[in-house]
Amino acid sequence: MSIPEVPLPAFVVVPLAAAFALPLFGKKGKSAATFFANVVTVFLLCCAVVSIGRTAVYQIGKWPIPLGINLVLDGLSGLLLLAIGIVSAAAMLFSTRYMEQYTAKSKYLCLFMLMVAGMNGVVLSGDIFNLFVFLEIASIASYALVAFGCEHEELEAAFKYAVLGSIASTFILFGVALIYGNTGTLNMAYISKSIAENGLNTGLTFALALFITGFGLKAALVPFHAWLPDAHPSAPAPISAMLSGVLIKALGIYAISRVVFNVFGITTEVGWLLLVLGIVSMVIGAFLAIGQWDLKRLMAYSSISQVGYVMLGIGLGGLLIAKGAKGQWAALAILGGLFHLVNHAVYKSLLFLTSGSVEMSTGTRDMKKLGGLAERIPVTRTTATIGSAAIAGVPPFSGFWSKLILVIAAVGSGFYWVAAIIVFVSLCTLIMYLRVQRYVFLGEVPETLRDTKEQKGSMMIAMGFLACLCVLMGLLLVPSLRAGILDPAVKALTDGVSYSTKIMDTVKESVKL
Amino acid sequence: MLYALCFLLFMIGLYCAAVKKNMVKIVLGILVMEYAVNLFLIMLGYRTGGKAPIVGPEDIVEGGKLSSLFVDKCVDPLPQALVLTTIVISLGSLALMISICIRIYEKYGTFDITQIRRLKG
Repeated sequence: MSIPEVPLPAFVVVPLAAAFALPLFGKKGKSAATFFANVVTVFLLCCAVVSIGRTAVYQIGKWPIPLGINLVLDGLSGLLLLAIGIVSAAAMLFSTRYMEQYTAKSKYLCLFMLMVAGMNGVVLSGDIFNLFVFLEIASIASYALVAFGCEHEELEAAFKYAVLGSIASTFILFGVALIYGNTGTLNMAYISKSIAENGLNTGLTFALALFITGFGLKAALVPFHAWLPDAHPSAPAPISAMLSGVLIKALGIYAISRVVFNVFGITTEVGWLLLVLGIVSMVIGAFLAIGQWDLKRLMAYSSISQVGYVMLGIGLGGLLIAKGAKGQWAALAILGGLFHLVNHAVYKSLLFLTSGSVEMSTGTRDMKKLGGLAERIPVTRTTATIGSAAIAGVPPFSGFWSKLILVIAAVGSGFYWVAAIIVFVSLCTLIMYLRVQRYVFLGEVPETLRDTKEQKGSMMIAMGFLACLCVLMGLLLVPSLRAGILDPAVKALTDGVSYSTKIMDTVKESVKL
Repeated sequence: MLYALCFLLFMIGLYCAAVKKNMVKIVLGILVMEYAVNLFLIMLGYRTGGKAPIVGPEDIVEGGKLSSLFVDKCVDPLPQALVLTTIVISLGSLALMISICIRIYEKYGTFDITQIRRLKG
C-alpha cells in the first residue's frame, strides 16, 4: 500500500481556508463549526504523520527559485509539523467543551486556525521574507488570543506581549533587509551559498545578531522572557497549551536553529552564545517557577526553563560542530535537544490542559485555595501526575529519556559542568511539580470545593491522548522509529550549510521529472 | 550617511517604545521603528536617476531578453513589493494594539502603564 504524498501548500492552505470559512457558520452553526475545526486539525495531524522523514521542495506558482517563493520540507520541518499537529489536535478537542465558557466561539476558532497556518508556514518556508510573513500571521493571531477573555489581566498581558512581539518582528525584518542588501537574494539556500562564498561582513554579522535577538524574544529565552509569564497564563487554557507547547518553538527555537545552522553556518561564538542562553534560561526559569502560587504561572515559568533545555542541546551540538571534532557527540546533543522539544510540546500542553480542567471545575487557579482534589477529579489528577512525572524526568516517562541523552552528550563531550546543571535543574523541576501535586491534588479539601466535579467528554479524551503519548514517547528512541523520525531532523541541522546544495539538487531533480 | 540617519530613526523608535509611559506613545514608537525599516528597504533598491521597473517595448532586445541599459538603470522592484507587504502587516498589528489600548482604557481609565499593574512576578 502506498501512502499518497501530501502537497506541501496543503499545510498552510487548509487551515487558512478553514480560518476564513469558520466565521461563516455564525451563531447557530456553532457545533458544526467546532466539529469542522476538529476535522481540520486531525487532518493536519494525519498529513504531518505521513510526511515525516520526507524531503521535498515546492515552488509556489511554478516560479523557479530564486525568483519565486519555495516551501521546503526536510527532517526538521517534519518534526515540527508533527509536534504542531499533535498539540493543535489535542487543544482543539479540549476547546470543544472548554471554550463554551466564552462568547464568540467562532472567532476563537478562526484565530486558532490562523495561528496554526502561521506556524506551519514558518516551519515550511524556504524563503526568509516569507518566514517573516508567516511569523507575523501566527504572532498577531496569538496576541488576539491572549486578549480573548477581555478582562483586566488578559488585556494587560496581551498589550505587553504585543509590544514585545512587534519589536521582535521589527528586528527580524531589519535583519531580512540587511541580508537582502548584502546578498541580493531572499531564498535561504541562495543566501547560504552567497555567505559560504563571500564570508560574513559587518552587515551580515549585525543581521545575525538581530535575528538571534528577535527570535530569542519570540522563544522567550532569558533575558528576553518578560512577556511569557504574563501572556501564557492569561490566555484560555487550550491556547496556553498551544503557546507554550509549540508557538515559542516554531517561531523561536526552529527559526533560530534554521537561520544559525543552515543559513549563516555555525561558529564557535554563536555556539557558545546559544549554549549560555540555554543554561541561563534553564536556571532562572526554574528558580522563578518554584516560588509561584498561580498554577498556570508556575507552568509558564517552567516553560522558560524547558525551552532552555532545548536551546542547550542545540547550542552544545552547534559548538561541537564548530570546533570540528567529536561528530557523534554533537549529533547526540542535537538529538537530545530536538527530542526534548517534542517531549516538551506534549507534556507541557498536557499540563496546561489539566490546569484548564482544574480551573473550569473549581473556578480558581490559586494553589493556596486549592487542595485535596485527587478524589474529586481523578482523571485530571492522573493525567497531571503523568505530565509532572514526564517533565521532572522520572523514568520511564518521555522527559527522562531526552534529559538522559542531553546528560550523556554533555559528559561525553567533556562538558561536565553542563551535565551537572542539567541534573540540578531537573531536581528543581521535580520540586515545583511536587508542590503542584501537594497543593492542588493532595491535602485537605477546602469547604468551597466540596462538590467539585470532573469535566466529562472531549476534555478527558484530549488529556488522555496526550498522557498516553507522554508514556509512549520514550519508544521514539527504538532504533527503527528513531531513524524515521528523529534522525532526519538531527541530520538537517548537522549538515549545516550544505542545506543549500541539498535544496538546489532537489529542485534540479524535480525539474528533470 | 542616509543609512546612518535611517538607523537613527530606528533607534528613536526603539527608545520611544522602551521609555515612554503612555501606551499610545509606545505603539507610535513601534510604528516609527517599522517605518525606519521600510525606508531602509526602499533605499536598498533605489538608484539616483533610476527609472520605474516597468518593461516597455523599447527595452526588449532581440531574443526576448531585457536590454542591459534597462537593467542598469531601473530601480530594484523587489524591496518595494516587500515594503507593501510589511505595511499591510504593520497595519494589522497596529489595529490590534490600538484596540487593546482602547479596551485597557475602558477597564483601567488610564493610558499610563505604570498604573496598569495587576500582574506581578
